[in-house]
Amino acid sequence: MLSQSKPRTQQSTAVALPRGTVIFYAVVALISLAGLADATYLTVQNLAGETAICGGSSDCFRVLGSVYSKIAGIPVAAIGTVAYFAVFTFATFAAFAYQRARTFLAVTVFLMFLSTLWFLYVQAFLL
Amino acid sequence: MRRFLPFIIVGLVGFITIIGGVILYRANRPVALTIPRETALGNEKRESMHVRGPAEAPVTLEEFGDFQCPPCGTISGPLLEIEKDYGPKLRVIFRNFPFPNHEHAMEAAYAAEAAGLQGRYWEMHDLLYKEQANWSKAPDAKQLFVSYAKILGLELDRFEADVAGPTVKARITADQERGKSLGVNATPSIFINNQGVPAKSLNPTALRAAIDEALKEKEKPTS
Repeated sequence: MLSQSKPRTQQSTAVALPRGTVIFYAVVALISLAGLADATYLTVQNLAGETAICGGSSDCFRVLGSVYSKIAGIPVAAIGTVAYFAVFTFATFAAFAYQRARTFLAVTVFLMFLSTLWFLYVQAFLL
Repeated sequence: MRRFLPFIIVGLVGFITIIGGVILYRANRPVALTIPRETALGNEKRESMHVRGPAEAPVTLEEFGDFQCPPCGTISGPLLEIEKDYGPKLRVIFRNFPFPNHEHAMEAAYAAEAAGLQGRYWEMHDLLYKEQANWSKAPDAKQLFVSYAKILGLELDRFEADVAGPTVKARITADQERGKSLGVNATPSIFINNQGVPAKSLNPTALRAAIDEALKEKEKPTS
């Protein structure tokens, strides 16, 4: 009896996805691009020293000049850039039916959601 | 081909992000401001020139500041420490550069200049920064400035007349014009021996390093 083997990519990493799911991941990837652009802009501003003075804006300085704007010396915006790029990567791979990417995407988004709650708390009660 | 498509898309986005970031950084890169030698001390006839420290000090730190700007307030304490630590090696010049989007910044500059007309500019300067958090939010900051003048032992009638007078306004305008001519567009803007300090170096450690560097330059034998 001859054994029928599935193509390797489908067996180990990818399975066919319903069209709606593909569109969902594509939309997630597109939205993450907006976050990526914003985080990249803020990272560059930080590297150029703009956030050290904030153009004289007190609200901007209160947030971007605070001790909470860096983690272990790394600007939060730079961490955000990496996070949004990770979301884009995982969403893109998930749209191409890579199963592990779906898990990584869910974990990353959950961690980013927790971070968002923390930063909302910082802005509302600590700054 | 389809197998490689996600890698291509992700790689492309990563590449565009890096290139975009580099272009943006180049566009935003702070320009190193310098004060031309011939205008190093400004036009003394019109300007107020508030100086602390000996004229022969090897290092001159010139600040363009706004009394209501939070980073200026944050750096003012460490700057005082730096002044104390470097003693006669450092001379500090302060110039007014109030921003119109700061509600009380101009009034604060008037108050400082009016105190200066009674020989107490630096005392008012230090007090305004120390009390920044209080008067910045006050609905009537002018009253607070009068109370500061009282604390400093100024003649109040003269102080109030000077605050509203043309002399202080002319001095502030002169400072602003000087700042604009040098390319100052944010506060604090600090020059050490006529060389602009980049915005990201506006912290005590970097400022001390820049002053040390300027001292070393001065100590170098001229050939």
